[in-house]
Amino acid sequence: MSGRHVVARAADLADGERMIVEVGGRSIGIFNVGGEYYGLLNRCPHQGAEMCKGQIGGTVSSSVPGEYHYDAGRKLLMCPWHGWEFDIRTGQSYIDPTGTRLRAFGIDVEPGAKLVEGPFVAETIDVSVEDDYLVVNLRPRRSK
Amino acid sequence: MTTATLEGTTREQLWDGRVIDCDVHANVPSIEALFPYMDPLWVEWTTERGWTGPAAVSMAYPPASARACRELWRPPDRPPASSLELLQEHILEPWRTERAVVSCYYGIDYLRHPDWAAALARAVNDWLVAEWLERDPRLVGSLVVPARDPAAMAAEIRRVGRHPQIVQVLLPVRNERLWGQRVWHPVLAAIAELDLVLGLHYGGTGEEAPSATGWASWYVEEYAAEWQSYAAQVTSLVAEGAFQRFPGLRVAVLEGGFTWVPAWCWRMNKEWKGLRREVPWLDRPPLDIVRDHFRFSVAPADIGPPEHLRRAIEWLESDDALMFATDYPHEYQDDLGVLIEALPEAARPKLMSESARAWYRL
Repeated sequence: MSGRHVVARAADLADGERMIVEVGGRSIGIFNVGGEYYGLLNRCPHQGAEMCKGQIGGTVSSSVPGEYHYDAGRKLLMCPWHGWEFDIRTGQSYIDPTGTRLRAFGIDVEPGAKLVEGPFVAETIDVSVEDDYLVVNLRPRRSK
Repeated sequence: MTTATLEGTTREQLWDGRVIDCDVHANVPSIEALFPYMDPLWVEWTTERGWTGPAAVSMAYPPASARACRELWRPPDRPPASSLELLQEHILEPWRTERAVVSCYYGIDYLRHPDWAAALARAVNDWLVAEWLERDPRLVGSLVVPARDPAAMAAEIRRVGRHPQIVQVLLPVRNERLWGQRVWHPVLAAIAELDLVLGLHYGGTGEEAPSATGWASWYVEEYAAEWQSYAAQVTSLVAEGAFQRFPGLRVAVLEGGFTWVPAWCWRMNKEWKGLRREVPWLDRPPLDIVRDHFRFSVAPADIGPPEHLRRAIEWLESDDALMFATDYPHEYQDDLGVLIEALPEAARPKLMSESARAWYRL
């Protein structure tokens, strides 16, 4: 098995939207952030909340009270239970960047024409050669 | 055993190393003693009203109670702790104290008159410098401030804060607005600029309740509940980002106890993880900030059963957090020997002298 699963038509996940899919027995959230796609395990490493149902916000930091550095482009996903923030691109924890990590998965956009040749696994959707598809890679993700 | 008097033990048996006492008191013997340090306008202002001084001190410390003065230290003819000679006889000599930080809590915070309060603070500070600090090189001292007026506070800090024996600014633990708030940042700036310590001390403005929600019925409640005010001030200073704004700022929590600190910090650490977006200047867990920017005096010590004390101290995860104090002339029944025993070997000299030496740059 290749570890690469076709999960949706790319056109079905608009910018700013998310979807939660079951892949290889795992619940995984897929996010479209400005046309880039990111995948995160739908399970908070803290206490197991459904992480990918949390709010998404920009990154707020500061070096001095009253001054805010707001980075709207760097999205953080907040756990619905305790508010812990994780970088949506990497799963890195904001409060504990080295000790806590939300597992991230690579999401590729592949043309249907390529997918029908294999070796991809399309469990739940039909693939047509005209469309582009989101492919989850369950293998450990390389940092970009 | 009540160790502050060294009853039933000797200084050497208890501790044979150096001693720095971070909290001893000087009391104003009478308002007249301040007249030489007061502008004639305010002398007349005082005498024409027959005013004898702020009521706050006797409210915080009922005069005849042991909370105000241990019986053994009560002089027959004057208020407790109201002369250098008394301090020398009761503390500095028997303890062979290397250095002591002397503070005069006079309850100036009670006064609403902005100019009189400022004048009284100036008088107390000049009296303390002339009649205590400059007469005994073992002493360093706290300056007091008119604690309702940030501009006047900063001015007084800059007026006397450069004296080589002034090491601390005494802020009462109860006030109208929490000390971390931005209205006070000019005061914190002056403290940091002069490399002084912010000494958070028992007492405060008369309007503010000692508990977090209103007034208690009994003195014992008020006295025992005061740690809530300390916790609120520590929380405020941390959450408001005082230590990001003033990275060199150091706080001494005087008479506030310390066993509550780890439990409070666990809660703050936990909430910080989920709510830090609201206070993004908090770039690390609150307990880390407390370890770096706060020290705690150990009189009173809230030490509880000795077998549990060791664990409570471990929870602080710091050998540097505690500073020895007698809180002369107030009476406590805490056994310092128990506290020393509960500390790891490496932390004992820090408790008895070295943490205070580093904090107050002695």
